[in-house]
Amino acid sequence: MLRFIFLRLLQAIPVILVVITVTFFLVRAAPGGPFDSDKAVMPEVKAALEAQYRLDLPISQQYFAYLGDLAKGDLGPSFKYPGRDVNELISAGLPVTAELGAYALLVALILGGLAGIMAALKPNTAQDYIPMSFAMIGICMPTFLLGPLLVLVFGIYLEWLPVAGWGDIPGDKILPSLTLGAAYAAYIARLGRAGMLEVMSQDYIRTARAKGLPEWRIVVKHALRGGMIPVVAFLGPAFAGLLAGSFVVETIFQIPGLGRFYVQAAFNRDYTMILGTTVFLSTLIILFNLLADILAAWMNPRLRAQLGESK
Amino acid sequence: MPFNTLKFFIIILFSCLLMACIGGESKVTTGNRDGILHLGNGTEPQGLDPHVVTGVPESRILRALFEGLAVKNPYTLESEPGVAERWEYSEDGLVLTFYINPAARWSNGDPVTAHDYVWSWQRALNPNMGNLYAYMLFPMVNAEAYATGKLENPDDLGVKALDDLTLQVSLNAPTPYFLQLMDHYSTYAVHRATLEKFGKATDRFTKWTRAKNIVSNGPFKLTEWLLNRRIVVEKSETYWDADKVKLNGIVFYPTENIVSEERMFRAGQLHLTNDTPLEKIPGYREMENTPFMQAPYLGTYYYMLNTQRAPMDDVRVRKALSMAVDREKLTRTVMQGLVFPAYAITPPGTLGYQPPKLFNYDVEKAKALLAEAGYPNGEGWPGLELVYNTSESHRKVAVAIQQMWKDALNIEVTLANQEWKVYLDSLTQMEYQVARRGWIGDYVDPNNFLDMFLTGGGNNKTGYADPLYDELILTKAPQAKSKQERFALFYQAETMLMEEMPIIPIYTYSTKRLVDPAVKGLPSNLMDSFNFKYVWLQAVNNSKEGE
Repeated sequence: MLRFIFLRLLQAIPVILVVITVTFFLVRAAPGGPFDSDKAVMPEVKAALEAQYRLDLPISQQYFAYLGDLAKGDLGPSFKYPGRDVNELISAGLPVTAELGAYALLVALILGGLAGIMAALKPNTAQDYIPMSFAMIGICMPTFLLGPLLVLVFGIYLEWLPVAGWGDIPGDKILPSLTLGAAYAAYIARLGRAGMLEVMSQDYIRTARAKGLPEWRIVVKHALRGGMIPVVAFLGPAFAGLLAGSFVVETIFQIPGLGRFYVQAAFNRDYTMILGTTVFLSTLIILFNLLADILAAWMNPRLRAQLGESK
Repeated sequence: MPFNTLKFFIIILFSCLLMACIGGESKVTTGNRDGILHLGNGTEPQGLDPHVVTGVPESRILRALFEGLAVKNPYTLESEPGVAERWEYSEDGLVLTFYINPAARWSNGDPVTAHDYVWSWQRALNPNMGNLYAYMLFPMVNAEAYATGKLENPDDLGVKALDDLTLQVSLNAPTPYFLQLMDHYSTYAVHRATLEKFGKATDRFTKWTRAKNIVSNGPFKLTEWLLNRRIVVEKSETYWDADKVKLNGIVFYPTENIVSEERMFRAGQLHLTNDTPLEKIPGYREMENTPFMQAPYLGTYYYMLNTQRAPMDDVRVRKALSMAVDREKLTRTVMQGLVFPAYAITPPGTLGYQPPKLFNYDVEKAKALLAEAGYPNGEGWPGLELVYNTSESHRKVAVAIQQMWKDALNIEVTLANQEWKVYLDSLTQMEYQVARRGWIGDYVDPNNFLDMFLTGGGNNKTGYADPLYDELILTKAPQAKSKQERFALFYQAETMLMEEMPIIPIYTYSTKRLVDPAVKGLPSNLMDSFNFKYVWLQAVNNSKEGE
């Protein structure tokens, strides 16, 4: 198992290097630079700015200087926000995005898990069709539609919950978490249903039934762990996706998270910020995928045995 | 299992109800009671160093935190005492002397002196600062030479401290608008000791503007700066005119998404918004006591024409295109009557100046001009590309004009939207035929619009070049003896410009925002200039929940 983790981590290094290199040269190849503005910039001013950000050096030197800084954990100063460095911006945005992602995942797990189990217990009945139809709607409905819809109902008409903000007013975390979680809840519902259906037809479930165990005990004690494996495999990429993809929700609800910085950085040609967030998020995605694999191995004895054999 | 599901839903329902109870008072209600203004400010500011940042959201915060030598009265836009209690021009108009208010203080209690200004302006003009607004001080002797590195010694700049409270500024030419520039953040003084404590004075990266570090001299001081969340300022006790400041504080929110901003306003989370979504305006207009405010704004929306490329190298084509745009219809329909048709680059009424109107919407004349240019009824038309930066409203305008040109002149025009930086690059490289552009004035004076079209000017980018025009703007207008004479020279220059038509003026901008009825002392003005010193909050009686 340790060897498996170590190998996966080793594989991650070239992947990240490729990500850095491609991003580095792509952002510089994009037309327009960080100091272009709609008002003419004096050549002297532009030269001074470029010198301050090492943009006057040949591009290969810039690249190696960046790699050198990165090795020291320094992501460089932001172009757009003078006086802030990328490390600071990421550490300001990350906790918010992670918190939002965690709540959304919780929402997704509870709603999606329950719906999936309910549906799997009585397949092809109303108890299956109703939650699965909702799940289909959830998958199809984009967050930029669901978010404003929830805001209109709960924020404007019912006046129950705040319409924007994060940690400003009590209850302002509910709507964004629901919005972001909904699509994932839908996925989890479908995955959970499929997983549970498969498990419920296994021999050991029949054995449990034959022993006369009550249905709820069969579900909770015997079926759940096996049935949720597809869900767990989905969780790693899902959490990474929540972190990287929360931009829309962050914009709708004016949440000061990483997603907003990321997208704005691209528009602003904030080279260091684009690179910093890309490197950071790709590292996270790799890590979460690894975690999901480990978790899946732990839950699935067959896979665990396989990994053990390959030692 | 069904039991568990039921229990779960009951819990959810219960928590929603609980939330409903704690929802309670809105920020506007508590703000009205505590004298705190909640303001939608567009975006997260780049920073708060007045010599580094550019932008409207930044300028609002900086105006609360700092004060210039002279400020603008929000009602009249006339200059009134700020840090300087009075000033006088020499007879020839070349020397301006400021007398600093002895009561002016920094937020740490230090007196504001003339030396602060000398040092700060040297910093603002230092080439290493990379200050995009350095040109604001260029009317001053040697400012341009120093900022472009042609002059080494900052002591040669035309700014001197005669004593602690007397500041003398030497100008290259009489500059009637120089006083107005004193209200622009790029000319603000900064606190030397604080800057030097946190690093090199000309370094853009120091942390002197952080909430716990910054020392400022305005009516408010910074107490909290949460990135992408909010900026909080509170009334400064050391401000010389603190008695006049009625607000206890202001909270600035980075409301980038204007649709969310409008919802925040409706939910009572904001006193005023930065903008209003176009599609919401008709609804707000129908409301009784509408919070919707609309006012002319010192800016012109226009299309630039690349006069170095066919077919735009022919003035008859340029004129034909301009005459075939029905501005009245465009502003009434596409822009919902929010903006005003423009026929020249300077917005009408800029300090009393009225720009020339040399043409009308005239399809017949436009057709004739195009025929003269060799494209009768659009025959042989080589095609044209209209570039705009990605935005729904620019697209709507472009589509409407594309159709007008098609209907009136029978010519094909293709539209190309470009992402902001790509679009800026196209403009800089002059890689375009027709490009959408907007210009918002930095100060109220025709000069600010007309000096864009000087030969080779950084903002010109149309290929327009006329030595006579340059002479009028650069030499003759500054030497004019009276305002009338000066404006006559501007009129002459603008007439020349519009005869050549390197641009197609389309409309004059307006500001559109939602303002809670409790907000008082915040009049609309041409500069959209806020002077928070004048603002107060007075709750309207129909909401009794706060009592």
